Amino acid sequence: MDTILRVRDIKKSFDGTGVLSGVSLDIREGEVVVIIGPSGCGKSTLLRCINGLEQIDSGEIWLRDELISGRKKDMHLIRQRIGMVFQSYDLFPHMNVMDNLLLGPVKALKKPKEEVEAEAVAMLRRVGLEGRGQALPRTLSGGQKQRVALVRAMLMHPELLLLDEITAALDPEMVSEVLNVVIDLAGDGMTMAIVTHEMRFAEAVADRVLFLEQGSVVEQGTPEQFFHDPQTDRAKQFLQSFTYTSKRERS
Amino acid sequence: MDWSFIGEHVPDYLGGAAVTLRFGLYGVACSLLLGLVCCLLRYFRVPVLRRIAGGYIELARNTPLLVQLFFLYAGLPRVGVRLSAEACAVIGLTFLGGAYMAEAFRSGLEAVDKSQREAGECIGLTRAQNIRYVLLPQALATAAPALFANVIFLIKETSMFSVLAMMDLMNVADTLRTSGGRTVEVLFMLIVAYLIILLPVSLIATWVERRLRYAGFGDQHTV
Amino acid sequence: MQDLGISILFKGINFQRLLGGLWVTLRIALITIGLSAAFGLLFGLLMLSKNKIAKGFCRVWLEIVRFMPQLVLLYLVYFGFARIFSLDLSGETSAIAMFTFWGTAEMGDLIRGALTSIPRHQRESAAALGLTPAQIYLHVLIPQTVRRLLPQAINLSTRIIKTTALVKMINVTEVLKVGQQIIGQFYRQPDAAFWVYFTVFLLYFIVCWPISVLAGRLEKRWA
Repeated sequence: MDTILRVRDIKKSFDGTGVLSGVSLDIREGEVVVIIGPSGCGKSTLLRCINGLEQIDSGEIWLRDELISGRKKDMHLIRQRIGMVFQSYDLFPHMNVMDNLLLGPVKALKKPKEEVEAEAVAMLRRVGLEGRGQALPRTLSGGQKQRVALVRAMLMHPELLLLDEITAALDPEMVSEVLNVVIDLAGDGMTMAIVTHEMRFAEAVADRVLFLEQGSVVEQGTPEQFFHDPQTDRAKQFLQSFTYTSKRERS
Repeated sequence: MDWSFIGEHVPDYLGGAAVTLRFGLYGVACSLLLGLVCCLLRYFRVPVLRRIAGGYIELARNTPLLVQLFFLYAGLPRVGVRLSAEACAVIGLTFLGGAYMAEAFRSGLEAVDKSQREAGECIGLTRAQNIRYVLLPQALATAAPALFANVIFLIKETSMFSVLAMMDLMNVADTLRTSGGRTVEVLFMLIVAYLIILLPVSLIATWVERRLRYAGFGDQHTV
Repeated sequence: MQDLGISILFKGINFQRLLGGLWVTLRIALITIGLSAAFGLLFGLLMLSKNKIAKGFCRVWLEIVRFMPQLVLLYLVYFGFARIFSLDLSGETSAIAMFTFWGTAEMGDLIRGALTSIPRHQRESAAALGLTPAQIYLHVLIPQTVRRLLPQAINLSTRIIKTTALVKMINVTEVLKVGQQIIGQFYRQPDAAFWVYFTVFLLYFIVCWPISVLAGRLEKRWA
C-alpha cells in the first residue's frame, strides 16, 4: 500500500526548549496511527507541524511525493488535503452548522454548493445530527459540536485526518458518541493520526501505537503488543499511571 | 430668544450641516479603509509595512487634529504641496481616524480566538478567505462599539474644519456670531444642529450593538 | 542666499517662545487633569448610587459631553456665558472650566466602569477565605480596580492634552498661536510656516507619546 505521510527526523523547539527532538513516522494509506504519551511530550506539536501550523526547525515532511515542510506560499493547498480537528471544536460561532460545513468545500475547493449540501446532509445523518443544519454552534452540546467538526473536516475528503485530543474538553458521557464516529471512519479506511488520552479507544481504533516521550519516539507497535506487553520501562510506567489502587488494596 | 432670527438662518445651518456631514462621512469611510489595512498589516506581521503602520498610528494618535490641519493647510503649501481645503479636511480626518479605527479593529481581531484562525487554515482557506469569512465577521461584532464611538468622535472633530475656511456648522455659527452679535441664538442652533446629526448615529449604534449581543456567539471558551 | 526656514526656529528666542506656548497648553491640561480626577471620583460614585435623580443628572451630563464637539462647548462657555450671565471669563479660565466639565464626566465613567468590572465571584471567593469586608476591599477589590482604571485614565490624560490645542480658537496664546506669531514675523521666509507647524506637531507628539506608551505598558502588564 502507498505511504501517505513520511515524517523524517523533524526537530522543533520553542524559545530554546526542545519539544520534538528528531521524530520520524510513516503512515500508510488506510492506516490509523495513535500517538500517546505524557502531557508535554510533543504529541500535539507533532500534529501541528504536519499541518504546517508550526514551522519545523529541521527535518522533512512529505505528503505522498511532495515535500510539504518549509513551504509558505501555497500551504493552503496542502491543508486542503489534510483534515484536522482540535480539542476546542473551533466551529465558527457566527455561522450555523450548515455554513460551517460548506465553507471549506465551497470556498476553498470551489465545489458546487448543491452537491456539498447533499453530502453534508447525509454526513450529518450518519453522525446522528440529522436536521441540525440550521442550528447555531452555541446551541449544541460539546459532543454535538465535535461531531460537526469531524463532519466539517471529512467533507474536504482529506487524504489524511489529524485528530488532536478531540475528547479532552468533553463531559465523560459525551466521549463515546464522538469516538464511535471516529471508529466508524476508521472502518471506512480513513487514514488518521490521532492524539488521545483515551486508552481503551486507542486500543480499539489503532493499527499502530506510537509512544512519545520528551519529544522522541520511545516505543511503537501494534496495540496488542503495546498495551499488553510493552517493551520499555517508560511505556510500562506510563500505562500503570492509568490504574488506581483502592484503599483496601493499599492497607 | 429671537425665534425670527433663528427661522431666518435655518438655511445657513442646513448648508453648514451638509458640509459637516459630507466631509465627515468621507473621512469616516476613508478612515475605516485605512484603519482596516493598517490593522491587517500588523495582524499578519507583514514585514516593514507593519512597522510603518505602527509608526503612523502612534503619530496620529498622539497629536491634535487642529495641529495636523494647520500643517496640511498652511504648512505644506510653503514647500510646494498645495491642497484644497476640502482635500485637507478629508486627508486630515482620515489621518486621525485611520489610527483610531485601526486600534478598534485590532482589539476586535485580538478578541477572536487564535484557534479560529487555525481552524480556517485547516480547511484550506487562503489568507484572504480566512479574513473575509472567519476572522472579520467575528472581529466586527466585538469591535462594533469602538467603531461607532470613533464615528461619533470623527464627526465631532469636523468642527475643526472651520480653520480651513470651510463653511461647516462651526464656521457658519462663528460667522453669524461675529457679524450679528446674537450669540445665544447662534450657539443654541449650533447645539441643536449637532444633536440632530449625532443622535441618529448614536441610536443606530445602540441598535446594532444590541443585535450583535443577542446574536452572541456563546460558549466558545469551555476549554 | 536664503536661509532654510528651519533656521528661524533657532533665531533669537523663537524656540523658547514656542516652549513657553507649550507650557501654557500643558498648564491648562495639568490643572484640568487634576480637577477631573477629583470631581470624576465623585461623579463615578454618584453614577453608582441608588439615587435616581443623581444618576439621571450624571447621565445627561455624560451625554452632553459625548455629543457636543469640544469646540462647541468651549464657545458656549467663552462666548455664551459672557452673554447670558454677563460673565467675562478669560480664555484660560473658560478653557479650564470647560475641559474640567468634559474630563469629569469621562473620568467618572471610567471609574464607574472599573468599579463594576470586577467579577462578583472575586468578592465571593475572598469572603469564602474568611477575609473581613475591609480586607476584601484592601487586598482584592481596590488593587483590581486601580489596575483597570489607571491605563484608561492615563489615556484620557493624553486626550485632554491634545484637546487643549483648541484654546487657540478662543485667543489663548498657546503653542499654536505663538507659532503663528513667529510665522507672521518671518513672512519673508516662505517655508517658515512649514517648519513651525511641523515643530508644533512634533512637540505635541513628544509630550503625548511617552504617556501613551506608559499607558500601553501598564495595560499589557495588568491585563
